[in-house]
Amino acid sequence: HLATSLPLPSERDHLRPRIDLIVFMIDIKSKYSLKNIEASLAHVDASFFLGKVCFLVTGVGRMNCCSVEMNAIWKLGEVYGSPVLFCELELEGIRVATAQRLLRMLQICAGHVPGVSALSFGSLMRNSADD
Amino acid sequence: EPQRTAFLLRKQWTLYSVTPLYRFSPARLRDYASLLSAFIAAEKQKGLAVEVGVELDIKVAVSSLPDLKGSDQDQAGILVQLSLRSQASKKNSEEKMVWSGWFCCVFGDDLSKNVPEDFTCLPLFLANGAESYTSIVGSWFQKTFDCRFRRLAISPLSLSWMAAMWTGCKVDKTTSAMELVFSVPSLPYPLDISYAIHPEDAKALWDTVQKTPGEITQEEVDVFMDCLYSHFHRHFKIHLSATKLVKVSTAIASAHCDGIIKFLQSQYLTGVLMLLTELAISQIQ
Repeated sequence: HLATSLPLPSERDHLRPRIDLIVFMIDIKSKYSLKNIEASLAHVDASFFLGKVCFLVTGVGRMNCCSVEMNAIWKLGEVYGSPVLFCELELEGIRVATAQRLLRMLQICAGHVPGVSALSFGSLMRNSADD
Repeated sequence: EPQRTAFLLRKQWTLYSVTPLYRFSPARLRDYASLLSAFIAAEKQKGLAVEVGVELDIKVAVSSLPDLKGSDQDQAGILVQLSLRSQASKKNSEEKMVWSGWFCCVFGDDLSKNVPEDFTCLPLFLANGAESYTSIVGSWFQKTFDCRFRRLAISPLSLSWMAAMWTGCKVDKTTSAMELVFSVPSLPYPLDISYAIHPEDAKALWDTVQKTPGEITQEEVDVFMDCLYSHFHRHFKIHLSATKLVKVSTAIASAHCDGIIKFLQSQYLTGVLMLLTELAISQIQ
């Protein structure tokens, strides 16, 4: 399901299936996309931030078109305790690899992988930050 | 002192980053001029210089720009000028300057402190004139000093920084408007939006944002730009933050994201060069 911003329209609440993972897409070429994400984050229930949220940054192939500061993105990942993934949509290989990664994350968040829960994402992140 | 660099003002310069030059000697500038001259003549014989038609003689001058440096550690600027001497009028031997390019390093300690003895750091190169000449001169330097030239692009983030920084600069006479140009992506036809702001209004806004004079933070630049974007949105319902900032023009200087700069005030020349040197060094590292 794709949405340009949150909250989702309440009229369809009763028809909507359970949400297992929210991927916030930030286009590094657009400051507006970052502001939009920041506003949308306020509408997300706190329980999602236990591994069911991740940030996907696109447009990273062309750093010369950067309108968003990297520090702002790292800070976002830190504040919301969620992983930050990078993807260049224009390159098929990276696009496919990222899609597979997200799919894997979704399987874990939906509880389809025995022994691994969404909570593991949080602890994985903290370990690499300490390194 | 401002007289000597006055010729650099109000001209459009294309920017390049240059890796450190191996075994470059500031004492051999005359030799370099002769060598470069011979190289250009040879290239012309091969038919690589594009000037078609009249058989013209190219004169090369290489000189030092001692005022163009930041700290004492910086290597002084080097200027290369190409002039055409028309053989038809050998009597008057009129010389017309057709191309100029200069290397400089302003507060480039970050680069020069990490580089071995035999290397000279002049990370910023600015060229004005036909691309074909830039290409020939660049080839000679690359071959002779084992360095590499790359076009220096300026990101929208860096352009925002320049907009804020230059707005804060004090200028004596009544100045031109501050202009920001945005390119709108994802449209079937190219669309540019030009946003002109009265320089006094821009300065008044910046003065309310900047907390410590002489210091600028990323946060202050963001607030400044956000105010300008909100103001525009209020009037035109367009989110400039979703577009790409491609050009900034102020009374101090104007800069384009393709790596093109114009200096307008000699008192701020060093300041702008310092910023450009930093960008060039980032691109090299």
